[in-house]
This record gives sequence, C-alpha cells and structure tokens, in this order.
Amino acid sequence: MSLQVKPENFGCPLPAADEDTVQLAHGGGSRLAAELIEQTMVPAFGDPVLSRLEDQAVLEAQLDPGERLAFTTDSFVVDPLFFPGGSIGELAINGTINDLAMGGARPLYLSVALIIEEGLPLATLHRVVAALGAAAQAAGVRVVTGDTKVVGRGSCDKIFINTSGIGVVPAGVTLSAANLQPGDRIIISGTMADHGMAIMSCRQGLSFAQPLTSDTAALHQLTEVILTVAAKPAGQALRAMRDPTRGGVAAVLTELARASRVGVMISEETLPVAGPVKGACEILGIDPLFVANEGKLLAVVAPEAAEEVLRAMRNHPLGRQAAIIGEVTAANSGLVALRTALGPERVIDLPSGELLPRIC
Amino acid sequence: MLKHLDEYRDPALARQLLAEIAAVTTRPWVIMEICGGHTHAIIRHGLDLLLPPQLELVHGPGCPVCVTPVALIDKALALARRPEVIFTSFGDMLRVPGSCESLAQIRAQGGDVRPVYSPLEAVNLAARNPVRQVVFFAVGFETTAPGNAMAVQQAARLGLDNFSLLVSHVLVPPAVGALLASPGNRIQAFLAPGHVCTVEGLQDYEAMAARHRVPMVPAGFEPVDILAAILLLVRQLEAGRARVENEYRRSVRPQGNPAARQAVAQVFQVCDRTWRGLGEIPASGLRLRPEFAAFDAECKFALGEIRAEESPLCISGAILRGERKPPGCPAFGKECTPAHPLGATMVSSEGACAAYMLAKR
Repeated sequence: MSLQVKPENFGCPLPAADEDTVQLAHGGGSRLAAELIEQTMVPAFGDPVLSRLEDQAVLEAQLDPGERLAFTTDSFVVDPLFFPGGSIGELAINGTINDLAMGGARPLYLSVALIIEEGLPLATLHRVVAALGAAAQAAGVRVVTGDTKVVGRGSCDKIFINTSGIGVVPAGVTLSAANLQPGDRIIISGTMADHGMAIMSCRQGLSFAQPLTSDTAALHQLTEVILTVAAKPAGQALRAMRDPTRGGVAAVLTELARASRVGVMISEETLPVAGPVKGACEILGIDPLFVANEGKLLAVVAPEAAEEVLRAMRNHPLGRQAAIIGEVTAANSGLVALRTALGPERVIDLPSGELLPRIC
Repeated sequence: MLKHLDEYRDPALARQLLAEIAAVTTRPWVIMEICGGHTHAIIRHGLDLLLPPQLELVHGPGCPVCVTPVALIDKALALARRPEVIFTSFGDMLRVPGSCESLAQIRAQGGDVRPVYSPLEAVNLAARNPVRQVVFFAVGFETTAPGNAMAVQQAARLGLDNFSLLVSHVLVPPAVGALLASPGNRIQAFLAPGHVCTVEGLQDYEAMAARHRVPMVPAGFEPVDILAAILLLVRQLEAGRARVENEYRRSVRPQGNPAARQAVAQVFQVCDRTWRGLGEIPASGLRLRPEFAAFDAECKFALGEIRAEESPLCISGAILRGERKPPGCPAFGKECTPAHPLGATMVSSEGACAAYMLAKR
C-alpha cells in the first residue's frame, strides 16, 4: 500500500475566523482590524488625508481676517439602525454638519468614530459605513480621521457612532441663542416631527398607507442661502439658527427664550405637519412640537428681513414648506406660548420625561 | 381620520357653537367631563376659557392612570423587580409613583420593564421568551378591556404558560353612580366618555340619566365635538330634560361593539374595586374569570397583602370627585410637579393636575 499524500486533507486545527460577524479582534491590533480599516473604512470615505492612516489628520486651513473656526461633536445611537429615509450613518454625518451650520459655519472636516458590539453582522457594518461615506460625499464634507472599537456583546447596542466636525464661520456672523429681540420672526424650514414619528412607527410596528419617512438631511447649503439673504439689509438680520432634534421645536424655542430672556409666541394654525405624521401623532397621543427632526431648522430673523428670508428658503429644495410660525415677545420671558386655533393661549412646557404612548 | 381632524377642529364651526352655547345659557350649570381625554382636549384648546362664565366644567375620574390604587402599583413594582419577569405596560404607567418608587426607577435599577402599545405585543414577547415570565399591567376602563381579553384568549390559544395580567380594570357607570349618590354632589350633567360608549353602548347611560335625572351626552375628543356636546347638555338643562343624546355618532352605536363586549364577557367578570381617590366602589371593576386564573399574575406570583400610603398633602381624591380644582391644592406646582408628582392626577398625561400644569394655568 503506497502512502498517498493529499494536500487537501491537511488543515489547521485553529478555528477559522468567523467571516460573517464583527469580533473583538476587529477592534485593534490584529489582521482583522487592519483589513476592516483598509478594505471597508478607507474606501468608503475616499479621502487622501484619511487614507494615510496616521494617528492624526494634518489639515490645511487658511482663515481670512474675521473668520473663526467652529468645532462640534455629537454621538449617535438609534434603534432601529435602518429606517425609512435613512440610517444611523446619515444621521451621524448630517447631524454634525447641521450643528456646525446652525452657527453659520461652512463645514470642512469630520471625524467618525465607531463603537461596535461584538457579533454585529459584518454586512450590517458595511451598510452603515457605506451610508456614512455616501452622506459625507453628498454633503461635500471630508471625513479625515476616524477610529474603530469593538466591545463585548451586551456592552453596547449594535453600533454607536461619534462624529466631530470643524467648520469656518464667515466674518461678521455671530449667531447666538441669546440674540433674540422682541418682534423677531420665527421661521421653520419645513414640516415637524417627520424623523421622530418615522422611528416611533418602526418601533411600534405601525404601518400607514404612506410610510413615514425620516427627514435626515444636511442643512449647510440652506443655511448659506439664509446667511446671504439675511445679510443684505444693513447689518445681519439673522439672530440665531437651531436644528430642532431631540425635544423638537418646543425644546429649541424654550432654550432660545431662556437664553435671550424673551418670550416666544407661536400660532397653532401655522405649524406645518405632514398629513400622515399628524395621523401617527394622534394615534400615539404625541404632540409633534416635542418630536425630533433631523433635517429641519428654526431661524430667528429680524422682522424687516423675515419675508425675504422665507422666500429664499422656499426656493431651496430643503425649505419648500418653510413657514413663519411665530414671533419673539417681550412678555412671558423664558416661556414659549401657543395661540390655539380658537384663540386662547397656553404655555408649552417641556415634557418631564421620555415621550410615552398613552393608554387610550 | 385626517378628514375628521380638520372637520372637528374647524375654528369657524367652533366659534359658531360657542355663540350658540352663550345664547342658550341663562343660568349657572355644573357639567362634569368624565374622561381624562376630554379634560386634556378642553385645557389644550382653551375651551373652558371660551365658555360663558355661568358654565362650570369639572374634571372627572376618567383617567385610568389616576384611579389605579397605590397598593396595586406597588404590586406592579414588586413584580417588575423579579429577575424572571418582563414587566410590560402602557407607557403612561411607567412614571406613576407607588409608595416609594416608579416602574421607570425599577427599570433604571435593572428591572426588565418595557412599554408596549398593545397587550398583544406582550403576548408576542412571551412567545419569543419562553424562559421568562411576561406580565402585562392591565389597567384602564371599558376601552382597554377588549384588547386585554383578546390577549388572554390569544395566549390561551398559543398554550403560553408564561403570560399573565396584573388586572386593575375599572368601569365608568358605577363610579358615576357613586359620584351622583354622594351627599355633596354638585354635578348636573355629564359629558359621557366617547370611547367607553363606543365599546359598551348607551344602555347604562340611559338608565343613569333616567334614574338620576341628569342629561348625558357621549362626545368625541375634538373641540367641535366637545362644544357640540356641551350645547346639547345646556339645551337639556335649560329645558329641564334629562336623557342621553349621542354627539359622537361617527363612533358610538347604541348597542356598542358586540364583538368587543363578548370578548370581555368571556374573559372577565365584574368585581368590587378600590379607586384611588374614591375608595371602594361595589361592582366597579373587572377581574379574570376563575377559568383564566392561570393568566392572573396575582394568583401566579402570590404577591400577598401590600399596604400603601398616599402623600398626606395630595388632594387628588377631591379632584377626581370634582370637588376641588388643581390650583386649589396647596402642593400644586410646589411640592407636586410633573417631575416630582405626589399623586396620580399629576403623573398621567390625562390627569387634571398635569393638564393644568402643562398649560401653566
């Protein structure tokens, strides 16, 4: 009997790497980690500075006189990761761009840091990273540095993302929540509560004839339009901009009223809410004023510039349904009041806890 | 539904109704809205501020969160602390304080407490988690009872032995009867609960209207509904009539919803029940029938006697009986706020104190 050696019968007794899920080894130091960064992260963002894989991004920045840097950071956790209209990836890119844009800044550079739960399907990770890359590309903002950590199963919920951003604020622009003056108009760039209700209807398993879609969007081009138009009259007519994310329009207006020690009066009939979103809010017993938006902004504008700013916003794709929803008052300092369709006024107070669907 | 929203929130129609109400009102009248949903709509739209001053609206005991006794909430907390239990509840109940804690606090300490939108979600959770015990906090009036009955029937069909209800169901007519029979009663007419009548029909309300000589009008929950119902009530009061008139015809049928009533009758039976703020009212609640004892969390987990104490400052009982209004409470907005509620009327989104607080009345 001759001994036959068949190479295919040889095998390594070490278990093969599980190729379908994220493992702790993807987090750092190993071949898996290097592969993840080189084959997934770097191509998704396609940025020459990121591709160098240095410990830091070294960036060119020429500031003109009067220009200043804006710097912000935000962390993103959402369940489910993917929802109609977007995913945690779009939220993480657009959210940080918007935080820069609300200060009047032109966003330039972003960082992306991922905290991934062990066991997350790699396919899911790839989808999230692709969404991050596509959103940054669509917005024209560069992702120049990043980080990846993997934590044990149960130590986080699937994936958490932190993004930080740097932008440049043009000379002469000094927006602040403390700038509001009685008579100023409050403009919203579109319908309220789209994002929050899309997420809530996913979680509650509610479906509607027209599915509810998140409004996630990068608003820096819209803010540029607003800044330009508002600067036309003598001086800057724009007082402040805010994106009403968590806590919704009510929370942002309350912050503005408190910071400026003024009152805000909004009018129920002018508040834009899309039909299906209104229906979902009614069913779940939730007030759209308190629900998160991810692609809307509130601009506070001096009265003489309000109509022109409104017109310019409506000419932009992200501001088609912009509306003046109220004005700043000297009375009721620190409070937001709503004039109901029938006339009586009531104060809009922040909810004391999380928004919970009611019993009946 | 949206068509209805616009129609029943039409400011022009509402103003017309207000003018008619003012025209027919010649004397002072006291009207109770039983349902917490009505209380909130009234305060939210400022309807009470637009009515003639002779009309007084008093807020009734129709908030399921508000009338659930502390002892029962303490039982819920005891269950939620058990490691084998997934405690599920409508969102409103999460923040209601028991004697010393709330479900939300138990959750923060590691208890598995999950808000659900429907009891059937809780049944699905039980099916997916066979080694855990899923308990659903079955609170509410006649409106939530059919869903809870269906959940028990569904669990029975699936052969689940890890699903149970902690039942605190209450019924509207006995509570209204108790209010009318109380010596200090000032209430002359009732805005009847639209959704309870949608399930149960009008029989009980017709009997009460006749027995106690009070007009009753089931109403929807939009401003135009409520104003149209108030107009019907005032017309009856002014004319000395006392009967049931149905404002909420798009939802309420005289015979109710027979399928829902049948499901409730199959699973539940009437029992005596203690109401927070009102005390024990005979035949005012529902409990599971003996043949469904396996789905009764109180039998299953041997919870025993739990004694509970209310804050001595809280006057939520008098508020639920319509004797006092929230701003009349010395603790209102001071010791007692939505962030630190002393009593249930401040906790629930449908509670009268919370409604006043939120509108900064």
